[in-house]
Amino acid sequence: MIKVQSEPLNAGEEINTFLTSNPNSGGIATFIGQVRDFQEQGSGESASVAALELEHYPGMTEKELERISAEAQKRWTLDAVLVIHRHGRMSPGDTIVLVCTASTHRGDAFSACEFIMDWLKTQAPFWKREHSGTDSTWVDARESDGTRAKRWEKVD
Amino acid sequence: MSLTVLYFAWVKEKVGTGEEQLSPPDNAKTVSDFIDWLETQSPAHASAFSDRNQIRVALDQLHVPFETDIGDAKEIAFFPPVTGGAW
Repeated sequence: MIKVQSEPLNAGEEINTFLTSNPNSGGIATFIGQVRDFQEQGSGESASVAALELEHYPGMTEKELERISAEAQKRWTLDAVLVIHRHGRMSPGDTIVLVCTASTHRGDAFSACEFIMDWLKTQAPFWKREHSGTDSTWVDARESDGTRAKRWEKVD
Repeated sequence: MSLTVLYFAWVKEKVGTGEEQLSPPDNAKTVSDFIDWLETQSPAHASAFSDRNQIRVALDQLHVPFETDIGDAKEIAFFPPVTGGAW
């Protein structure tokens, strides 16, 4: 299941619901991403972040998340996949993304969960803007995200 | 042919609008051709597309490369490389 929402995301509640909906899955992997309270500077220093704004492309975001989730279900044996992503304005500590994967065994659940996160970060149309004091800046794409996503490219 | 053109993040700020309906000329076959034509529409458009390495494109909500034919797509979107999170 895919959800894109501006409302707060309660990861604990969502995970509980996911667990009770999949009582026969032996292994559940979850990933929670939360808003950090600092931004990395080029020099390796960091500046504090008061708020984060995530713009997205309504319609395409849902399609991309469905596509990523379907691809994971093709590659691994999964009983269920849940992806919830927030957009809009968030504060440090807020949950921004939750991925849950359910499988018979942990291997498929772990791999699929990581795959979904790596692909989501390079394919899903979200753009991050960080607010600190009176400043607000669009965050540049990170080279390392592309490198992580490439690990999953099939060689066959 | 009328096309819905969408802009996101700093591309939207540079162009000055998030959405416009445009009728590109018939010789604007590919995404690249279309950008060439867009740049002539206003200084704001020209500035938004000045560094094409920083622009990504979706046709009818699917990522595509610049060489792609626009064909009978209804919607084209321009945006910076995506930056979902920092984990």
